[in-house]
Amino acid sequence: MFHWLEKHPFFFAVAVFVTIAFAGLIEILPNFAQASQPVVGTKPYSTLELAGRHIYISNNCMGCHSQLVRPFKSETDRYGHYSLSGEYAYDRPFLWGSKRTGPDLMRVGNYRTTDWHENHMKDPAAVVPGSIMPAYRWMFKKSADIDTAYAEQVTVNKVFKTPYNTEIPMADGTKATVKLGATLDEAKADALEEAKAIAADMKDQDVKDAVAAGNIPEIVAIIAYLNSLK
Amino acid sequence: MENRPLEYDYTVAKWFMLVTVVLGIVGMLVGVILAWQMAFPGVNLMLGEGLAEYTNFSRLRPLHTDSVIFGFTLSGIWATWYYVGQRVLKVSMAESKFLMFLAKLHFFVYLLVVVAVVGTLLLGISTGKEYADFEWPIDIAVVVVWVLWGMGLFGLIGIRREKSLYISIWYYIATFLGIAMLYLFNNMEIPTYFASGGIGNWYHSVSMYSGTNDALVQWWYGHNAVAFGFTVPIVAMIYYFLPKESGQAVYSYKLSLLAFWGLMFVYLWAGGHHLIYSTVPDWMQTMGSVFSVVLILPSWGSAINMLLTMKGEWQQVAASPLIKFMILASTFYMFSTLEGPIQAIKSVNALAHFTDWIVGHVHDGVLGWVAFMIMAALFHMAPRVYKREIYSKSLMNTQFWVQTLGVVLYFTSMWIAGITQGMMWRAHDEFGNLAYSFIDTVAVLHPYFTIRAVGGTLYLVGMFLFAYNMYKTMTSARRVEESELQNASPMGA
Repeated sequence: MFHWLEKHPFFFAVAVFVTIAFAGLIEILPNFAQASQPVVGTKPYSTLELAGRHIYISNNCMGCHSQLVRPFKSETDRYGHYSLSGEYAYDRPFLWGSKRTGPDLMRVGNYRTTDWHENHMKDPAAVVPGSIMPAYRWMFKKSADIDTAYAEQVTVNKVFKTPYNTEIPMADGTKATVKLGATLDEAKADALEEAKAIAADMKDQDVKDAVAAGNIPEIVAIIAYLNSLK
Repeated sequence: MENRPLEYDYTVAKWFMLVTVVLGIVGMLVGVILAWQMAFPGVNLMLGEGLAEYTNFSRLRPLHTDSVIFGFTLSGIWATWYYVGQRVLKVSMAESKFLMFLAKLHFFVYLLVVVAVVGTLLLGISTGKEYADFEWPIDIAVVVVWVLWGMGLFGLIGIRREKSLYISIWYYIATFLGIAMLYLFNNMEIPTYFASGGIGNWYHSVSMYSGTNDALVQWWYGHNAVAFGFTVPIVAMIYYFLPKESGQAVYSYKLSLLAFWGLMFVYLWAGGHHLIYSTVPDWMQTMGSVFSVVLILPSWGSAINMLLTMKGEWQQVAASPLIKFMILASTFYMFSTLEGPIQAIKSVNALAHFTDWIVGHVHDGVLGWVAFMIMAALFHMAPRVYKREIYSKSLMNTQFWVQTLGVVLYFTSMWIAGITQGMMWRAHDEFGNLAYSFIDTVAVLHPYFTIRAVGGTLYLVGMFLFAYNMYKTMTSARRVEESELQNASPMGA
């Protein structure tokens, strides 16, 4: 049989393809419907948080920070409850990372604050002596891209039925709603309101001035995102 | 006429050889910068505060991985394809104007993609998936490049004179099919600009898969991009170049069969080992773990087949630096494909995952196996495509030892770093509290990061020696006759 295949390239290629595709079919397909169900308390990202997530991706933060708490005592002691599949239901793409040069950030919103991030992003070693993380000072100057974040919200809402403007059950029994602006301008106004609340906790005068003038620096958006990780 | 040897046309092979050398240096130079940044964070500001965004570790890291995988390795694969393909199929590229046109188009579109990738990654335009960072416009261009290669590949097979496909061709076909399938499925994404009716950046997209599913598809891709980029085509090379250079027949045809079909069947299952103790179902993690261990068989099958090909001719290893490169590559392949399965065992993975031990594993595979084999292939090809002897044998020997020392420093330091950090993360004191804060586990790694940076720098120095030797071979080495090009490559002192 093998000798025959080696003289017939078409059938050889078909045989190779079937052999390699087989594993994918069996491993990947059965899980698809089940794993994307959110757990109670999992919300989609707000416009500002999503803009912050884009900044996180753009700067490849996941190259050094995981977002996956494994079910070991040493990890739950350090980072909080181990990860559940449904907590990632609205993560497109997933950001588990594959290397922990720095600590896990799955639940960083539970134990770090806006002003901690502000100081840390400006000069990591000043906050954590010995840190090898580079500074991200340009984030205090560049503006966040709210338009693209809104475009993504509209897309996932339309295509994947991501539940915006819908009541979502929270762990404490209450309901929460994440708003998706009807227009881009409305979404921008909402993002600015959210940004103002964060800028109020910050010290950098340039950032405060920018937000007061209606601009949202990247640092404000990424802090909104980091604070949402719980 | 039938007795006249074919005149093969190596135009496109030569172009890809050049790009292989250039992108090898670029990718590894960026890697060395990253290594020094981890040892001395001040290097992040090497071009000043104004350019910090573009010299920052996190921006450069994907540039390093992608330029080594999709730059150096891929162009190396194509350099060898446009050389090996003609020779084992007994047909010249010059015989078909159409195939020649496809090959040239393939090369130039590929170059465009390389430029686009470097630019977008530096600007921070990324989908966020490792080794699949490119946004949708580049993904489409990648598909075009791949289809152009596929048409050339099957076109050349279609007009072949030698009816039986040699082992190397099996592996090139598998490379084409495997990457095509993986790349397409992992990069399924929706451009948000069009879906939202024209809002935001036109090049931004959102993944079709979310969370755990996305992770599953990504590592099915990620692991098997390694399989079909770093293993399968490199095996194609060694099956051609080692027998050619040594003048020995491949030791066992049956072992080749077993290793090939075994690798095809087993490799795809192993992707799950990247997701052990994550939120994907337990049975998938276990499958990933088990099949990773099974993967030792086909991997070692090829490697042992190659080592036994040298049976009775081991003096060649001492005599020829070119054989040295290939034998060390084969040995590192065995080493790396034993190390990987060990790391895929659940209890080992609990310690090793997220640490530098994994980084060490990748690099003993890529520096020791992939890059050594590609450089050996280019060394073997150079006298045959340029009709000149290899410029300097002693330079090759120096390069071999400098780079071998570099790899050894790299993986030993990363083993120690990874295991140290893994042990410190889980250490508890007598009261059950965590013994170390995270920063303690970073500070302790400084000496190992420094050793790794030295190892990487040595390897890069070797790359420059390689580039110089190749340059002299192309331009000024002694011209050789066809009769000198039977087996062992001619080399100057």
